Amino acid sequence: MKLSNILSRKNRILLRELVITDFKLRYQGSALGVLWSVLKPLFLFAILYVVFDQFLKLGRDIEHFPVYLLLGIVLWTFFTEATIQGLQSIVSRGDLIRKINFPKYIIVVSSTVSAFINLLINLVVVFAFILFNGVDLHWHALLAIPLIIELYVLALAIAFLLSSINVKLRDVGYLWEIFLQAAFYATPIIYPIQMVIAQSEWAGKLLLLNPVAQIIQDMRFVLVTDQTITLWNFVAEGWKHVIPFAIIVIVLILAIIYFKKNSKKFAEQL
Amino acid sequence: MSEKRIAVKVENLTKGFRIPLEASSGLKQSIINRIKGRKGYRDFQPLKNISFEVEEGDFFGIVGRNGSGKSTLLKTLAGIYTPEKGGVTVNGKLVPFIELGVGFNPELSGRENVFLNGALLGFSHAEMEAMYDEIVDFAELGDFMEERLKNYSSGMQVRLAFSIAIKAEGDILLLDEVLAVGDEAFQRKCFNYFAQLKREKKTVILVTHSMEAVQQFCNKAALIDKGYKLTIGTPLEISQIYRELNMPTKKVKSTSPVEDGEIKIGVNLKINEAKLNFSIDVFSKIDIEDASVAFILNRDSGEMVYRWVLDEHISHEIKLTKNESKRIFLSVQNIFPDGTYTVRVAVRKRDKSIDYAVVGSALEFEVVASKGNNANFWKPIEEFTEE
Repeated sequence: MKLSNILSRKNRILLRELVITDFKLRYQGSALGVLWSVLKPLFLFAILYVVFDQFLKLGRDIEHFPVYLLLGIVLWTFFTEATIQGLQSIVSRGDLIRKINFPKYIIVVSSTVSAFINLLINLVVVFAFILFNGVDLHWHALLAIPLIIELYVLALAIAFLLSSINVKLRDVGYLWEIFLQAAFYATPIIYPIQMVIAQSEWAGKLLLLNPVAQIIQDMRFVLVTDQTITLWNFVAEGWKHVIPFAIIVIVLILAIIYFKKNSKKFAEQL
Repeated sequence: MSEKRIAVKVENLTKGFRIPLEASSGLKQSIINRIKGRKGYRDFQPLKNISFEVEEGDFFGIVGRNGSGKSTLLKTLAGIYTPEKGGVTVNGKLVPFIELGVGFNPELSGRENVFLNGALLGFSHAEMEAMYDEIVDFAELGDFMEERLKNYSSGMQVRLAFSIAIKAEGDILLLDEVLAVGDEAFQRKCFNYFAQLKREKKTVILVTHSMEAVQQFCNKAALIDKGYKLTIGTPLEISQIYRELNMPTKKVKSTSPVEDGEIKIGVNLKINEAKLNFSIDVFSKIDIEDASVAFILNRDSGEMVYRWVLDEHISHEIKLTKNESKRIFLSVQNIFPDGTYTVRVAVRKRDKSIDYAVVGSALEFEVVASKGNNANFWKPIEEFTEE
């Protein structure tokens, strides 16, 4: 995996072809096809609105709470989709890997790119709701771009790590799903983080060190309401601001080293 | 001799595997193995210190029996496996076909599959566009390319896959046993294409079991045996060694003499590469005047492939004397195709009015890697003597 080769023309073509295939196959046989990518978040929004805004009356003190909620869910959905698809990617493409030689990382990247395209479509829907809800957008809404990239890098790093472990140890798929289940509740997605802080300020601060929580809260801050509690405005110590990024960098380095070392043997281990 | 460039160079190639002993690759098993101090795998080394070179323009055949390390060698050449020691150097674009239609997806159209397959082989969209018409023409699927692959017959799928393989314009073509696909007409087309590749001095590495293909197309061949012995030679030499390797060892199942009525019949056989040497013992408890012996070879499918009748070859009368044995030696050229055969022997009156004895399976034997059958399939050269 020489750096110059990573996005060589040949590899870009293959990546593109695999992503297109994935996308064509995803909506194969459904009448509405790619429209489902838009409809899914729309219906999700309707459900969230009814459940949280009308019944649970949760997050009443947060401006535009349904959009706030939808944004969090959309980002989390991408994270789970990208990591789970990435985790299975190498094993599920075993037939290819055993028959032909090509850079293995393309498989992992292509599976996460499909999820990423879905995220972008979903974000368009979210954005429509943001405008519809009359959110005041500031110039800092542009910060959403580096935040989305940050989330993608994290998901990709995890996908690399888990996909190569999965070749040797199929248990990792089950473990990861359980972990995601727990992480879903340990991340302020469906509940406002204020609820945690009300119980324990310390716990609230700890939650914000999780990179996914940091990204979701930051996205809400820049896109929905600047009342959102974020790592930056809630945790005072400057050095702690580095932790989520450090986690991402460490996972990424580990993933690259592990994947590079093991990818040579995928063909014989699968 | 003009100087030729080396297309593929293999140096001291060694490759081994760890084969897991348990089918499951789970966490539980690996913990149990660790606790019990078991390795949980066995070492298997299909290739040891293999070296050879393929020059540009060579049609290089690789032959070997099953389990000889052929596939491992091929996959290492294709870069699918990483060598443990030594290395493979490839000059030019190597297009491997370990299996036809890798990555074919039944839900995509024929056209989409061509481009997907091409991308996997390392061709850009534009390059595939340039080859597309030729591929479709060669596969004879012009009207079907927009249909989904799942609606193709299996023959059509193979044709499409093989056409991509054949039309893909790499510098070095790596082909694995793809000779025997498609119907006869398509096969002929493929053979013609091989001949064309040979004329055009394309570099091809062909792994096959077919000695005919090796002799017909290759200019060099290598025989790999048990992974460490590699012999390189002319196609003729290699085919001969390959056939010797495949010489039958214990392929004859003899039965003890069988009695039918008053006659006991026993048949013995010694096989060598060229000949089947039968000795037929006929022991009679009664005197028989003017007898005849018929000797028939049946394939295991039941069809008769060879018939020999004693009285057609001699003019004098054959007498069987009470309590005496008569022995006939029959030597038949070994031109029979590979397979299992049974021997049927019948003793009759010469005018066929009486069957004294009929033994349905006096002997069973197997022919492996025969010389093959040429024009005179039904008429092997035969010799006989009687005692």
